[in-house]
Amino acid sequence: MTPEIGHFALALAFALALVQSVLPLVGANRGNLLWMHSARTTSIGQFILVGVAFGALMRSFIVSDFTVLNVASNSHSLKPMLYKIAGTWGSHEGSLLLWVLILTLFGAAVSLFGSNIPSSLKARTLAVQAWISVGFLSFMLFTSNPFTRVFPPPTDGNDLNPLLQDVGLALHPPFLYLGYVGFSIVFSFAVAALLEGRVDAAWARWVRPWTLAAWICLTAGIVLGSWWAYYELGWGGWWFWDPVENVSFMPWLLGTALLHSAIVTEKRDAFKSWTILLAILTFSLSLLGTFVVRSGLLTSVHAFAVDPERGLYILALLALSIGGSLALYAWRAPMMEAGGIFKPISREAGLLVNNLILTTATGTVLFGTLYPLFLEAITGDKISVGAPFFNATFVPMMLPLVLFMGVGPFLSWKRADLAGVYQRLKYVALASIIATPIVWYIQKGGPLLAHFSIMLATWLLLATLREWGIRIRLFEAPISETLRRARNLPRASHGMTMAHAGLAIAMLGMIGSSAWKSEEIVFVAPGTTIEIAGFDVTFSGVERVRGPNYLADRGTLAVSRNGQSIDTLRPERRYYPIADSTTTESAIRSTLAGDLYASISEPATENAEQSDAWTLRILYEPLVNFIWLGSSLLIIGGALSLSDRRLRVGAPKRTSASSAPSTQAEKA
Amino acid sequence: MIRILALLPLSIAVIFGGFFLWGLNPDRDPNEVPSVLIAQPAPAFELDPVVGLHTPGLSRSDLVGTETAVVMNVFASWCVPCRAEHAVLTSLAEKDGIRLFGINYKDKPEDAIRWLAELGNPYERIGSDLSGRAGIEWGISGVPETFIINTDGTVLFRHVGPIVGEGAIGKFREALLQAGALPSGGL
Repeated sequence: MTPEIGHFALALAFALALVQSVLPLVGANRGNLLWMHSARTTSIGQFILVGVAFGALMRSFIVSDFTVLNVASNSHSLKPMLYKIAGTWGSHEGSLLLWVLILTLFGAAVSLFGSNIPSSLKARTLAVQAWISVGFLSFMLFTSNPFTRVFPPPTDGNDLNPLLQDVGLALHPPFLYLGYVGFSIVFSFAVAALLEGRVDAAWARWVRPWTLAAWICLTAGIVLGSWWAYYELGWGGWWFWDPVENVSFMPWLLGTALLHSAIVTEKRDAFKSWTILLAILTFSLSLLGTFVVRSGLLTSVHAFAVDPERGLYILALLALSIGGSLALYAWRAPMMEAGGIFKPISREAGLLVNNLILTTATGTVLFGTLYPLFLEAITGDKISVGAPFFNATFVPMMLPLVLFMGVGPFLSWKRADLAGVYQRLKYVALASIIATPIVWYIQKGGPLLAHFSIMLATWLLLATLREWGIRIRLFEAPISETLRRARNLPRASHGMTMAHAGLAIAMLGMIGSSAWKSEEIVFVAPGTTIEIAGFDVTFSGVERVRGPNYLADRGTLAVSRNGQSIDTLRPERRYYPIADSTTTESAIRSTLAGDLYASISEPATENAEQSDAWTLRILYEPLVNFIWLGSSLLIIGGALSLSDRRLRVGAPKRTSASSAPSTQAEKA
Repeated sequence: MIRILALLPLSIAVIFGGFFLWGLNPDRDPNEVPSVLIAQPAPAFELDPVVGLHTPGLSRSDLVGTETAVVMNVFASWCVPCRAEHAVLTSLAEKDGIRLFGINYKDKPEDAIRWLAELGNPYERIGSDLSGRAGIEWGISGVPETFIINTDGTVLFRHVGPIVGEGAIGKFREALLQAGALPSGGL
């Protein structure tokens, strides 16, 4: 019965979405307040109904109702409860339901919390949001119903891929989708503004918190995914430039650009049509990601089961939403008047550079990701584009960005004083230049690019702290004065400092773990000792242990340094009989200086039980934890900025919008 | 000028859309890696028989100059998919009369003999590739793999993984038919 309730709720939500996609829009055009406000009821109704459907599917997973096809193929009665629940969004259908749930969540949130947004803009925004709802709800109802029953029901389920039985992964899709789909509301705002033919500073301010919220979630989603790959997959890397990773990274890059260009629109009323375009493109890339993952277009380790019919349906949705919005843009954007004027050296110009670099980088990643498809279509050759391409193009592109990031916050709006900036930053520059030979000495060489990157990361970190220090007059004024200033500084400023510093710290981790990584892959028999990065690792054998739904071969490795025993690592190779698949559980000795990472993969020969020899992979990844530390700072910084009072209250009245924000900006 | 610039994103999106539409062609499999051996002469190799088995060994000359195209299958007793595929190959050899040769890949002779005794031996000749050297020559990426070799010694077809399930069997039969390896000519 429950699955049918869920199915019915979905159909009702579809009906509500149909109403919401027309009525508020007509109301906004005719000035009918009642019709405009109907969006409030329907958007909240949609969220509740999709929530009911999601709850119904989750219940089927929790009670292991194998009469539901989706549960039968993606769950198993012996699976731990947490992963039964996570199984709800583990399959194509379930994850699509989560997708729509988040879509309606953002619609409902705008209805509930967007009280400062004018009725007509809100009505149009929610109508556009409903168009997306209609597209995806119909997709689900017609091609991917999560509540399909199976008869006769199987006695037990097919298990979820054991690789996916991990806390990091269980949480990764919800966050990723919150980010991905969160940009839908920004898209809706942009399309609504185009329909209305009006973009101004007030619009940018209304949009900014939603952009920021989506960006925070996307950051968290990507980091969780990366963290999962690092700890669970046993490959000993945190980013692989896999197509599916790339499609989540592109909206992030463009979303970051949007976050910054919206500041210019908000404070200086400039970059308007650019901000609108970024808003459309960011969500378009999210949609592209959804399409690539579900259509089997590219080879990837993470793709869902392929079905050409579904792919065609999503492509049609893409054509309508992306094509439609860009056509609207082509029609309306030329009519937008240019905003505030600025000099080549100013904060506006700095943010322009930020946007240009981020957009070019996004384009590069997009091109690299889709190049195999283009080439195959034109010449028939099959190739794959991997890390070397991205390392050679993306990384050098991001380095100038880091250089500018250090300077940007020092620049004032309209016209900046370069000499003054130089005065404030000369010691920072000196310190980062001095830091480089020190790192060279400690690491005894290494790639030149890595040293250059370390210099830039140091530069960014120090420049960011310096800017913050100047604002609160750290060490220049009495401590009480500094504290008072720190309290009065807008949270958005603290947030920016934290996020920029976080990026610098994450960069240190990325550089350290890729440039100075040591790796050994060896066949070991009990008693073998391997030396790596100053550690002595002794293998003492493998024993068979039994877990809740798996059997494992657990290796024991004694780690010592300079003859002193410091730790024991126990990597496992797990076999899940029901899914008939094997996973690697790496063992990690994690410190701030670096991770010692061990995994046993395969027996050295086909009959390892007799010979007891195994393939052992040991890695030392210096500074890798800085990545997670820095990323956390990015997320916390974003959240801090989101909590800024300015975004919650006191949005200016639209009539005075053009002058009010700029005066506030000077204060900030 | 601004109008043209504003049209640019749409134009790019349309071009991308065209490629995506092409990419959705259901016959297209991005995971399929074409073998470099296709339409090339089969590599030279010479393998001894499996020690203790009465089936003779296998070399390139056994595959070339036959009356019909032949099938060469790489298998091992430790490979579970091979076990699944075995019945299909046996039926093709016994009912349809294809000429089937085997490479026993990195397998202990006594295991291979026990495996063949249990499941039956449909192979005309079996070469024992203990070192995996012939596997390298044939460029195999795993076990099982199956090749169809023409009478003049060119490789016509390669199947990676087990030939099980309707789709794979249908495709393989189609290839056999085209190669003229099905003497009965029927399906």
